[in-house]
Amino acid sequence: MNDFLHSIGLQALSLQGFGPLLAQGAWMTLKLALLSLALSLSLGLIGACAKCSPLRVLRVPATLYTTLIRSVPDLVLILLIFYTLQLWLNDFTEMLGWNYIEIDPFMAGVITLGFIYGAYFTENFRGAILSVPAGQLEAAKAYGLNRTQRFRLVLFPQLMRFALPGLGNNWLVLLKSTALVSIIGLADLVKAAQNAGKTTNNTLYFLILAALVYLVITTLSNRLFKRLERRYNTGIKGLAS
Amino acid sequence: MTLSAHALSSHNEQLPEPFPMARHASIANTAAVKLTVEDLHKHYGDHQVLKGVSLQARKGDVISLIGASGSGKSTMLRCINFLEQPDAGAITLDGQTIEMRQGRAGVRAPHPAQLQNLRTRLAMVFQHFNLWSHMTVLENICLAPRRVLGVSAQDAEARARAYLDKVGLPSRAADQYPAFLSGGQQQRVAIARALAMEPEIILFDEPTSALDPELVGEVLKVIQTLAEEGRTMLMVTHEMGFARKVSSQVLFLHQGRVEEQGSAAILDHPQSERLQQFLSNRLK
Ligand SMILES: Nc1ncnc2c1ncn2[C@@H]1O[C@H](COP(=O)(O)OP(=O)(O)OP(=O)(O)O)[C@@H](O)[C@H]1O
Ligand SMILES: [Mg+2]
Repeated sequence: MNDFLHSIGLQALSLQGFGPLLAQGAWMTLKLALLSLALSLSLGLIGACAKCSPLRVLRVPATLYTTLIRSVPDLVLILLIFYTLQLWLNDFTEMLGWNYIEIDPFMAGVITLGFIYGAYFTENFRGAILSVPAGQLEAAKAYGLNRTQRFRLVLFPQLMRFALPGLGNNWLVLLKSTALVSIIGLADLVKAAQNAGKTTNNTLYFLILAALVYLVITTLSNRLFKRLERRYNTGIKGLAS
Repeated sequence: MTLSAHALSSHNEQLPEPFPMARHASIANTAAVKLTVEDLHKHYGDHQVLKGVSLQARKGDVISLIGASGSGKSTMLRCINFLEQPDAGAITLDGQTIEMRQGRAGVRAPHPAQLQNLRTRLAMVFQHFNLWSHMTVLENICLAPRRVLGVSAQDAEARARAYLDKVGLPSRAADQYPAFLSGGQQQRVAIARALAMEPEIILFDEPTSALDPELVGEVLKVIQTLAEEGRTMLMVTHEMGFARKVSSQVLFLHQGRVEEQGSAAILDHPQSERLQQFLSNRLK
């Protein structure tokens, strides 16, 4: 491949030997984003249910969580969570007389991003829950469906109608935020592009390549979200079904 | 009131024309007591909505709850299946009184197992239908029988189709989503959903109030058939003519109290001044 591009005078388009590195970086970014998404969606659903609960003991911490997280820049939170996690772990290992354990930057990244975006998804889901007409759940209650059934069979499929556009949006922001995690030493796509750029003195080229990879991921996810929206919107009049 | 002829076409032969006078009006119902509601109280904030209302339904009774807007009719009905928690009072079904407990945050709550049992035996039809909009008609009708009563998928579907037919909907309606049906059709699906639970009592909260006038008849006709089958029903309604036809008992609520109560005859010969006023205001 490289030889071929070289021979036709397009060596600038080749990956100059950095293909595997970039592919690993892209894979790392995708893994990080997807695991953080799973974590933040779970936190978001739990947080939203807590916020809509009649119980103060659930509402207050959930409100505190979303307010705090959403008012501090992601970068600050990432550094804060990563270093405090490490400090706590140090204290802990010291206390037990264990050897020093270094936090795996990947896990730290997943936890941090999951925790941050959990707050945004909480707001997402909360708004969606409030949009579901009360009569839908009332009917489920009157017909004897239990709490779990009401959530799984009625509330969830209906709240997704209202949540999906916002979820799609937040997912894109989350995906791009994974780039921040390169700061705590994770070899993600951006890090790989930077490294390749530095070595070859062609940073711009590799950054554009990285941008294209993000573009491909976002385009594919937009399609997936469109499909999900179509699925959850069946039964609504005036929309294609 | 006009009843459209196309509804219930397959059951027309069961409907004598013209409709009989209130079938219970002259004959006292001596069947076993099915449901007793005693001295229900309910407030929202500092607004006392129910100030001690009671009723007794025997098997086969059709009880109409009438009264001005805000008099507490819906609240009373919703306290009976605990969609609202009454502050005080007792609900007794087949001689078993629902035990009230001090629940979370000091709120009185019904015993969970008894509540569950009650909800499988009382079905509700709502003013705004409240069909689950993400499910087809068939799924709507099958959901609770399957998930709550544990009926098999096959049996639930067979039940659903039978009741759809009973409420006069064509079988092709089964796979449609509620939003694509007319209001009258949606309410008939909601009635089929209630029937599929094979309930002992059906609660109706203004089943025709959200309907265009020309669709009211088809729904009333279905309810009338149910009344004639001897089903026990409690119905909040503003349709006085209909109440007169089908009710074995009429309760007139005024500001959270039962102001007058009796056979359907009280609609023609109201005793209390308030009921007289209420009825004359409706005559326009
Ligand atoms: N969830 C609630 N919170 C506060 N007030 C309520 C609530 N539900 C009902 N009310 C009030 O209680 C009173 C009785 O309401 P209810 O719905 O029982 O009246 P209704 O007799 O059914 O009237 P309508 O004919 O308009 O349906 C009304 O004044 C209403 O505003
Ligand atoms: Mg009402």
